[in-house]
Amino acid sequence: MENSSDPASPLLEVRGISKSFGAVRALQEVDFTLRAGEIHALLGENGAGKSTLIKVVTGVFPRDAGIVRLGGEEVAPRSAKAALGAGIATVYQEVNLLPNLSVAQNLFLDRQPMRFGIVREGEMRRRAKALLADFGLDIDVAAPLGNYSVAIQHVTAIARAVDLSARVLILDEPTASLDRHEVEILFGIMRKLAGRGIGIVFVSHFLDQVYEISNRITVLRNGRLVGERETASLPRLELIRMMLGRELAETTSARASATEHKAREICASFEAYGKAGYVAPFDLELRHGEVVGLAGLLGSGRTETARLVFGAERADRGQARVEGAAVRLQSPRDGVRHGFGYCPEERKTDGIVAELSVRENIVLALQAKRGLHRPLSRREQDEIARRYVKMLDIRPSDPERPVGLLSGGNQQKVLLARWLATSPRLLVLDEPTRGIDVGAHAEIIRLIRELCDNGLSLLVISSELDEIVTYSDRVVVLRDRAHVEELAGGAIDVGNILAAIAADGAATAHEGRA
Amino acid sequence: MKGLPPALITAIVLVAGFAACAMQFPNIASTRVVGNLLTDNAFLGIVATGMAFVIISGGIDLSVGSVIGFTTVFVALAIERWGVPPLVAFVAILVLSAAFGAAMGAVIHIFDLPPFIVTLAGMFLARGASFLLSTESVPITAPVYSTVSDFALRMPGGGRLTAIAIIMLVIVIGGALLLHLTRFGANVYALGGSRTTASLMGVAVGKMTIKIYMLSSLLAGIAGIVFSFYTSAGYSLSAVGVELDSIAAVVIGGTLLTGGQGSVIGTFLGVLIQGLIQTYINFDGTLSSWWTKIATGVLLFAFIALQQGLVALARRPVRKSAGATT
Repeated sequence: MENSSDPASPLLEVRGISKSFGAVRALQEVDFTLRAGEIHALLGENGAGKSTLIKVVTGVFPRDAGIVRLGGEEVAPRSAKAALGAGIATVYQEVNLLPNLSVAQNLFLDRQPMRFGIVREGEMRRRAKALLADFGLDIDVAAPLGNYSVAIQHVTAIARAVDLSARVLILDEPTASLDRHEVEILFGIMRKLAGRGIGIVFVSHFLDQVYEISNRITVLRNGRLVGERETASLPRLELIRMMLGRELAETTSARASATEHKAREICASFEAYGKAGYVAPFDLELRHGEVVGLAGLLGSGRTETARLVFGAERADRGQARVEGAAVRLQSPRDGVRHGFGYCPEERKTDGIVAELSVRENIVLALQAKRGLHRPLSRREQDEIARRYVKMLDIRPSDPERPVGLLSGGNQQKVLLARWLATSPRLLVLDEPTRGIDVGAHAEIIRLIRELCDNGLSLLVISSELDEIVTYSDRVVVLRDRAHVEELAGGAIDVGNILAAIAADGAATAHEGRA
Repeated sequence: MKGLPPALITAIVLVAGFAACAMQFPNIASTRVVGNLLTDNAFLGIVATGMAFVIISGGIDLSVGSVIGFTTVFVALAIERWGVPPLVAFVAILVLSAAFGAAMGAVIHIFDLPPFIVTLAGMFLARGASFLLSTESVPITAPVYSTVSDFALRMPGGGRLTAIAIIMLVIVIGGALLLHLTRFGANVYALGGSRTTASLMGVAVGKMTIKIYMLSSLLAGIAGIVFSFYTSAGYSLSAVGVELDSIAAVVIGGTLLTGGQGSVIGTFLGVLIQGLIQTYINFDGTLSSWWTKIATGVLLFAFIALQQGLVALARRPVRKSAGATT
């Protein structure tokens, strides 16, 4: 696998790719170089632009600017099919094969061996068997693909791609649903293919696996290229810094010293709270007028913690208390009843209802809390909507405008308003500044501070470490689905958080996913 | 493999039902009755074969009953009023119905519309057009009709395998071969699995959609000609609701309504089950013929419940492994 990485003749060259979705710039002049026979990890947090880059290169999205060269020749595929024809194959996390067809049909769909217009089933099965044997699989190829495990489906997808004479193989999170043994098999296959001169792009958020398999690493952050390094000469701490932080480290908590001494009452507490296979048991105290930040890499258990706290996921151990009284959080309804609010990360799919107006979106949670038999009158609705539009400075200030027409930052404010209208004691924000422009960014952070000063308790998840450092009174660091460190006061700075994330990563990497 | 287990259950139900009927009325177990059963349901068998393709590909075709009705009227008028030779009339109507199906397929694909709506429109269109041609029943007296009606293969035991029953059997067998042995057939299953995935894997989804609805309408046209042989007349109200009978036959035959699984043979067995119920009611003599619909309804419900059970069973291990990793 170490062969033929001659930098002079790159296999796939991506130069100056830019892509915007509306006002959001998903990629800005990104370069990427893949050499023949190399396994190249493409890394970055959620929203860094990995998926967008892959989709632009494979023609799923049209690009705004930039060029792609394959083997020295410029290519511009307009569809995944065209990219496949050119020799760039992608295998996604959700296997793009047909579970209702046989394994053999999946391998040879639309190119079955034929005689007199009839598919030569025997010949096709023989070839399928031979092809899969090359990948170390010996299975009944006449059985439906859906009967087999995700790992086998992945290998089948790869085998199909390779058999279609792919020169570049892009694997998007291929190991996310595989167990350790299956990962080993997949890695064996990847090394073998690389040995044959195929260039492999490996997208993953499991850093141990990245260090195990890749020769080279490219890191993206917020749609920009951070850098390309040789895996062997890139320390883990440095890699995490590339993924999460800017060159900062000097940002420290603005609030720590100012408010530390104030004794605050506990709003909600969680003792040995957790769920098997989801998040390891943790202790967490949330106080009134305090912001607790959750830091960690993608997949480290941040969102999982938030969902447990809100009741969107049921804990199977531990005790939750609200204002000192023991409570059971079994559903989001319970969470709402106890005065919790939750703004999820995917605000487009899980949060706002794009077709409804700003007013209707804002009163949604309050109405749900009151129940159907106590409808809010139109006058009350107008009143509430007007108050929050003014308070959060939602623009345009027309409460009857469909939320889908607002910018990302204002959509986020509408979500905030929805929960604030229920007068919560605890608000959970998952990536509140994701995908919104810089100006709105600062405003959301200011809002978080203000809400906190008014006595609200906040639990905030963010991949932006400098941001977390700015507004948090305490920071909980997560790694591999467990809480590993809690920083408070002066100890909150980017360096300490990075150190906690990077510490001893190799030893605990796979424990959370058995 | 491809939907055989559910089709096997259909076969068992058919055999058991036939045995039960034969116990009560021993005369049912004769080639005479079986021959009549095939003749009476020839048009349904043909149109259900096309419906099987459509449903396995994840679609539905509500227009087939109306296409049958239009065909009978068109053929009757062409032969009796316009003086067109029967063969020319047949070719013309088959071209016309194939084009009609192709147009529906094209609309479904190009405008990305649900097949339910598009073929519902097609249903009203074809039925309305047949009323436009004639609102009365037009008897057909052309000599070819009596020749074909008189033609039959003698079966041992005195049964007659009529021309239209033979046409139906040929189409069912041809359909089964087309579905299971050709690239076209594999693509039908692929479309039913997932249109987007099929297209990513290189299947020309648009062409396939057009061809599938074309096939369904073409078979409906043939079924219409067969129906005109069967009744020796063209009538704009004929074959009302046949689209629902054929959907029922497809589902009873073990085809998943959501597509991706099923077989033509199972569909044929589903047609025979409906025919058997009808025959039983004829033999009984006291039952209203509407009991056919009730029995079909009960069977449909039973088969859908059965399939859901099978699907849930098949999905269980998958869901388990997915749950462990989230």
